[in-house]
Amino acid sequence: MHGPDIQWYVILAALLFSTGALGVMVRRNPLIILLSVEIMLNAANLLLIAFARLHGREDGQIFAISVMAVAASEVVVGLGMIVAMGRRNVELDVDKLRTLRG
Amino acid sequence: MANFLVWVVWFGAAFACLASALAVVGFSNPFYSALALIGNLASLAVLFLLLSGEFVAAGQVLVYGGAVMVMFLFVIAYLGDRTDESPWSGGPTWQAVGAVLAGAALLAEVCVVVGLKAGGFLEKPAHVGRPFGSPESIGRLFLTDHLLAFEVTSIVLLVAAVGGVVLGSHARQELESDARP
Repeated sequence: MHGPDIQWYVILAALLFSTGALGVMVRRNPLIILLSVEIMLNAANLLLIAFARLHGREDGQIFAISVMAVAASEVVVGLGMIVAMGRRNVELDVDKLRTLRG
Repeated sequence: MANFLVWVVWFGAAFACLASALAVVGFSNPFYSALALIGNLASLAVLFLLLSGEFVAAGQVLVYGGAVMVMFLFVIAYLGDRTDESPWSGGPTWQAVGAVLAGAALLAEVCVVVGLKAGGFLEKPAHVGRPFGSPESIGRLFLTDHLLAFEVTSIVLLVAAVGGVVLGSHARQELESDARP
């Protein structure tokens, strides 16, 4: 493997994951919270692929592809909920959404 | 020389990745955040290529950067700008300060754990041949060793599609029943 060792990838993934976690905690717009969750999932993907390369096995890449599929499903359901909220003219602010009835 | 070039590409991609992740969190307009996330995903695909994950890099660009982000942009454009939230104006609230502290604690935690646990056995990377990470070998692995994961993934996607349809049709019914009386 030319270039950086695994430690560099681990540090980069940790930085990315904490950036995403910060976004989930700070922001109040559910759309941006979903985007930040995507960043966290991608940090995990980066680690999976880096360790797959380290050990010379491709199973980590299979996991990464499964994570992508799960992320796509999460986006479908999350965006469906946000569109349903938008149609009822609810303000898109997770601090003001105190009840989630039907 | 090749090694130097790889380092240059790595640092460029890593910097673009972190900067665009911070931009996603920092922009107040969700449309710009989604555009910044496309940059983040593209630079991650570059890193995947450096790790010889060719198929995953292609899937990242197609599935994430293409399909998922187009869906995001459509929804953001459909809903319009109906929040006037800007996270960094009006001084930091206790919530934002706590979130920054928690994020920093998470980062420190990960670094300490990696330093303690992984310091010993992060051996030199294994030597891999050319077909590592190619569509052919990934496909073969998917249909032999990881067939169950493949099938479970298809069921998860099906359930998500049904969930999206159900959520959409509920919203329509409620809109019609609200409009009728």
